[in-house]
Amino acid sequence: MAATPLLELKGITRHFGAIQALRQVDFEVHAGEVVALVGDNGAGKSTLVKTLAGILPVEEGQVFFEGQPVRLTGPQSATALGVATVYQDLALCDNLDVVGNLFLGRELTARGPGGLDETTMEVQATQLLRRLSVSLPSVRTQVAALSGGQRQSIAVARAMMGSPRVVLLDEPTAALGVAQTRQVLDLIRRLREQGLGVVVISHNLVDVFSVANRIVVMRLGRRVATFDTKAAREVDVVAAITGVDTTESNPRLTAEAP
Amino acid sequence: MSAQVPVDPRLVSDAPGPKGAWVAWRRRLAQGELGSLPVLVGLASIWLLFSFANPRFLSAVNLTNLMLQISAMGTLSVGLVLVLLLGEIDLSAGAVSGLAAAVMATLSVQRGWAPVPALLAGLGTGAAVGLFHGLWMTWLRVPSFVVTLAGLLGWQGALLSVLGATGTVNLTDEVILALTGTFFPPAVAWGAAGVVIALHGATVALGRRRRAAAGLPLPPWRHTLMTVAGPAVVIVAAVAVFSWDRGLPLAVVLFAGLASGVEWMLRRTRFGRHVFAVGGNAEAARRAGIRVRGVRVAVFTLASTLAAAGGILAGSRLMAVNQSSGSGDVLLNAIAAAVIGGTSLFGGRGSAWSALLGALVIGSISNGMDLLALSSSVKFMVTGGVLLVAASIDALSRRERQAAGRA
Ligand SMILES: Nc1ncnc2c1ncn2[C@@H]1O[C@H](COP(=O)(O)OP(=O)(O)OP(=O)(O)O)[C@@H](O)[C@H]1O
Ligand SMILES: [Mg+2]
Repeated sequence: MAATPLLELKGITRHFGAIQALRQVDFEVHAGEVVALVGDNGAGKSTLVKTLAGILPVEEGQVFFEGQPVRLTGPQSATALGVATVYQDLALCDNLDVVGNLFLGRELTARGPGGLDETTMEVQATQLLRRLSVSLPSVRTQVAALSGGQRQSIAVARAMMGSPRVVLLDEPTAALGVAQTRQVLDLIRRLREQGLGVVVISHNLVDVFSVANRIVVMRLGRRVATFDTKAAREVDVVAAITGVDTTESNPRLTAEAP
Repeated sequence: MSAQVPVDPRLVSDAPGPKGAWVAWRRRLAQGELGSLPVLVGLASIWLLFSFANPRFLSAVNLTNLMLQISAMGTLSVGLVLVLLLGEIDLSAGAVSGLAAAVMATLSVQRGWAPVPALLAGLGTGAAVGLFHGLWMTWLRVPSFVVTLAGLLGWQGALLSVLGATGTVNLTDEVILALTGTFFPPAVAWGAAGVVIALHGATVALGRRRRAAAGLPLPPWRHTLMTVAGPAVVIVAAVAVFSWDRGLPLAVVLFAGLASGVEWMLRRTRFGRHVFAVGGNAEAARRAGIRVRGVRVAVFTLASTLAAAGGILAGSRLMAVNQSSGSGDVLLNAIAAAVIGGTSLFGGRGSAWSALLGALVIGSISNGMDLLALSSSVKFMVTGGVLLVAASIDALSRRERQAAGRA
């Protein structure tokens, strides 16, 4: 694994009014590595990802890309660095069709007065979706008419457009069926083999253990623990997530106490 | 490059021929995808009604007059479609149209400017006002309703001060008057119609060839034929009517040209795609790297420029610009036209053609009632009723779409 992380955050703090969503969080992802970000609801995982994606301005703290300090001023600057994101709330335009959503912000135009090159976009969209085994009636259906899982697949496919170097996935499999979940997990492994840095948020620890190299645990806006997946036990991760010492909460032990 | 896709078994495939078309159309209707159907039905019934009441309504002279009457207001409406697509509103369009016409008129008549610079100054006034509105609302995050309401009042005042003490400027410049006074003879009109139909047909055919070459699924033939034949029939009928009367009016060419130009921009350019995206989900558009503020500013600039163009057409037709230019029911009719034509008030859905269709509905009501010598009290009430029905159809079909999971 490379010594300098591909993408690194140092001392990130983020407020929403009176709520401290992130408190002095350090975070790093290396090339060719899958980092799982876990934590209870409201722990600050999505906030961290949104900061990395450039859509929440950095209030306090520093961002480094390949060791160089960078300023994330907006989604464009993150995209320019090669950071692609799948958001928890998907961020799709319901009134556009699948092709329109996949190419949103990076539409292909034909030379000459033809304007948008719909044919090439549709061909590429079809190929991409087939590679990801996404099953859709037609790539020209409006996204509003798709099922929740299909929408999530579109959001994942969107992040694969262009050639990203870091991929952030915020609960990418939450709404997916068995086959589609396996596809996304396979995709994550393939991305790692291609030398990308992958950050994946998930509440499913089985999935986390099956794809991640490292597990970073967040609780109440802080990074509280880091595990090497090979050496970690699930109970320890759960304990770090809930903030309860295993020995106290383990029913077998407490049952003996009185 | 090939992408042979196996047909998804869940995709309802329709029987070929008219029966299949009918079934497909019924299904879309049931899901709230009404498109321009309500307005076409409405327009047909209005025309039928008025032609029974007064046969002169459907005469070539009257239909040509009708088109001349709606060109100015319809041009404003094209701009409003853009604003409505963002889910915003522009209440200043009428006042801006009056102000732009007044700037053009005073420069032309009182300062003796040549017609083209005067016209450009008028359009530039509109663009500058729109830019100002757009920047104000994006920088300070003031809702468009408030900014353009202030504009409605403020630019009305500016109109009065530009016109000065007399309050009226009579236009004398031949070029400016020719904007609405020119009629192309039938030979020219038919030639132009032929070129437009051929170009449109060629574009559609080329698109089909490209899809076939790329191995993409093709729409049924009847669909392709309809997209060529439908507009062709309308164009031929329109040119026939105009040729019967004085000829093809330049004002109508300008209006139709602007509407189709804006429609092309909306459907075929990146900018147009971004307008739909911002209107559909502004946050998603922002995350996709679209400069949402830039799109807003550009749309308001364009809309006000179109309003200026409409004001100039109105002045040219009236041969004067006065204190009531762009006031009264101009703005409300233009908004109503866009909505009646099928552009959603909720943003993200609509087309530039809705301005044309809606303007035809409103213009027909007004024109028909004038022919019947009904008072304007009735006219206002009927127009209001039609708008209410149109907006309700929009809201209801939105509900149907939601029920069908399409909104
Ligand atoms: N836009 C916002 N405005 C105000 N507060 C917010 C906003 N976004 C997040 N928060 C707050 O920040 C905290 C962290 O939220 P975040 O979405 O990062 O949690 P999460 O770890 O992703 O949780 P989940 O597992 O439920 O997705 C929460 O307390 C939340 O209420
Ligand atoms: Mg979250």
